[in-house]
Amino acid sequence: MSANGTPVERHHILTVLVENKAGVLARVAGLFSRRGYNIFSLAVAPTVDDRFSRITVVVDVESAPLEQVVNQLDKLVNVVTISELAPAEAVERELLLATVAASPAARSEVIELVGVFGGEVLDVGADRLTVMLAGPPDKLDGFEGLLAAYEVVELQRTGRVALPKIGVRALTRPQLVAVDEPAAG
Amino acid sequence: MQLTGAQALIKSLEMEGVEVMFGLPGGAILPVYDPILSSSIRHVLVRHEQGAGHMAEGYALATGRPGVAMVTSGPGATNIVTPLSNAYMDSTPLVVISGQVPTAAIGTDAFQECDITGVTMGITKHNWLVKSAQDIPEVVASAFHLATTGRPGPVLVDVPKDVSFAQMEWYWPDHLDLAGYRLPGAPRRADVEAAVALMAAAERPVVYAGGGILKARAAEALRALADLTGFPVVTTLMARGAFPDSHPQCLGMPGMHGNFTAVTAMQRADLLVALGARFDDRVTGRVDAFAPGAKVVHVDVDAAELHKVRRADVAIAGDCKVVIDALLQAAAPALGGPDAAARIGPWWEELRRWQREVPLHYERHDGPPIKPQMVVETLRDLSPSDTIVASGVGQHQMWASQYWRFDHPYTWVNSGGAGTMGFAVPAAIGAKVGRPERTVWAIDGDGCFQMTAQELVTASAERIPVKVAILNNAYLGMVRQWQEMFYGERYSEVYLSPDLPDYVKWAEAMGAVGLRAESPEEVAPAIEKANAVEDRPVVIDFRTDAFEKVFPMVPAGASNDDIVVHPEHEERAGAERLAWERLAAEQRR
Repeated sequence: MSANGTPVERHHILTVLVENKAGVLARVAGLFSRRGYNIFSLAVAPTVDDRFSRITVVVDVESAPLEQVVNQLDKLVNVVTISELAPAEAVERELLLATVAASPAARSEVIELVGVFGGEVLDVGADRLTVMLAGPPDKLDGFEGLLAAYEVVELQRTGRVALPKIGVRALTRPQLVAVDEPAAG
Repeated sequence: MQLTGAQALIKSLEMEGVEVMFGLPGGAILPVYDPILSSSIRHVLVRHEQGAGHMAEGYALATGRPGVAMVTSGPGATNIVTPLSNAYMDSTPLVVISGQVPTAAIGTDAFQECDITGVTMGITKHNWLVKSAQDIPEVVASAFHLATTGRPGPVLVDVPKDVSFAQMEWYWPDHLDLAGYRLPGAPRRADVEAAVALMAAAERPVVYAGGGILKARAAEALRALADLTGFPVVTTLMARGAFPDSHPQCLGMPGMHGNFTAVTAMQRADLLVALGARFDDRVTGRVDAFAPGAKVVHVDVDAAELHKVRRADVAIAGDCKVVIDALLQAAAPALGGPDAAARIGPWWEELRRWQREVPLHYERHDGPPIKPQMVVETLRDLSPSDTIVASGVGQHQMWASQYWRFDHPYTWVNSGGAGTMGFAVPAAIGAKVGRPERTVWAIDGDGCFQMTAQELVTASAERIPVKVAILNNAYLGMVRQWQEMFYGERYSEVYLSPDLPDYVKWAEAMGAVGLRAESPEEVAPAIEKANAVEDRPVVIDFRTDAFEKVFPMVPAGASNDDIVVHPEHEERAGAERLAWERLAAEQRR
């Protein structure tokens, strides 16, 4: 189960390699919006090759068949490759930040909880503290659930990023198009 | 060689072989209009930018070459949004160049600033905001490559004024950096064989030919496939002319206003061979009731169309011509011959009976008002068979598609997916520019004509002798038809007027010849008079029957089985329906 209690199978991870050009995120987001596809989470950052960025998008496949989403995304000229990452074939991570109101008595419990999960305390005030946890999404779900026993003032998750496990799949290389290719029109 | 961005832009268009463009200058695009004076490219000065876009579309639909339009920033650019959307829906290759405010002013709400790449993102195949003059040749070459290859479509190149003024070092790219753009290759052998196997086993096949046939220039290949297989062929609104109406295997147009045989053939088929068609809602009617017994072979150059509406049994992403050629090669032994003919013989008997029993029909009579279908038939009979017909959107469009005889590809110029009223006049002008040797008739409605008629001023000024037949029923006729049939005859905001405007005077004021026909016997003489005019546009105001409805009709959201034919044929259509149900029941036993 994911954070909002929906079955995990609804959500598929796509990693979309895009050209690092102005407006590309708007093109991807616009496509999802105008075709009525729901995005569960989305994370964008440049890759080691600065010509490209990687968008990790978790798609709600109840809104449209995954095949349609992939085929429509593939039509965007700035989209270079799309891979679907099955959880078994990918490493996924997500980051969670939370500010918790905690009296001095409860504070040690929260700190202990953070320690058990391998998180960090980032900031401490008189009556609240901010904690961080990075890990697989289901671990964050568990942590978030336990944290609910305290007064959570703010909580922010990044949405997941993912890469294929080593040896599972090589992304195809971008190609140049010869201009003298015969036009179909 | 040092050039300004503006010079490089015009030179790039010349490199792409552009012979004509349609446009209207303004502040931000001014620098680009200067080198046009010394270019080989003809520029047609329109009266409204929407006209420029539709002219470029008409040019593209009639010639197969990309249409080019040029506009200024802000309102100039937004006025061409409708043509971009129209071209996107109909996969028409269109390259629009727009001016933009200087780079430094972008984002400041400058005079005539509009984020046109943002506005058109969802209705172009791709668009560019050019940031450097040095990029212009590469962007223009990419624009034409994208517009014309794969599934064609519109692109927009937005050029800020300072980029047009800036100096660049001229070059012409030999490679394009389009990392994410791939075209489908040859079909897989296994898919082709699977398609042939379905075709060889089918007893009630229908070839469902769409606009992709024309885009792929595959009309001859389709003809060869039809001749080999003996299969019946329906041609969608976008494919009229892709397979000749006079061919004995042509069933004509399917869909909401398709004829009974074409619609019913698809419903009863056991195999649909969809070639460059996309199972549009106007063809399928209620999707879950569409062609319930049919297996589907679906060929489309756009992989995203496969399985989008209807799950295909064999789906092939590929150019229609390439795939049909592959089918022909693989099919020859399995599909031709007397066995194949015998297998689909009973199907043809059904189809012929439907054609005989429930043909297209309207009541003919001698007095006024004129029946609109009769105008189309007379126009058809008095004009050369390779006449290019443009139309707007509505009843007149359906009558034109139903009653014209399309025997040549690229002779039907219409707005299909978007349904853009006002398309006919500018599109006809663009078609005539591209095919000056052909007769070009716009069959238009009075509502449509009033939306873009001012482009006849362009046609007169540029000596582009198009002909316009207004089927003037004084109503927004298709809306009126829906209000009559589905809104209890409550007519809300659909009455225009037969006399306001006076179409003859309006035509004359625009430099065209204006004619009027008020009764059936005046129709042929008016058309003959119009066909004799070769030096200027002609407009004929045909006073047609305001109460005439388009039949057949599948009501919106209904199953194609519930097709409503002309009242006089309702009984026969009902009898055919019953006979089929009885047959189907017997087969089930």
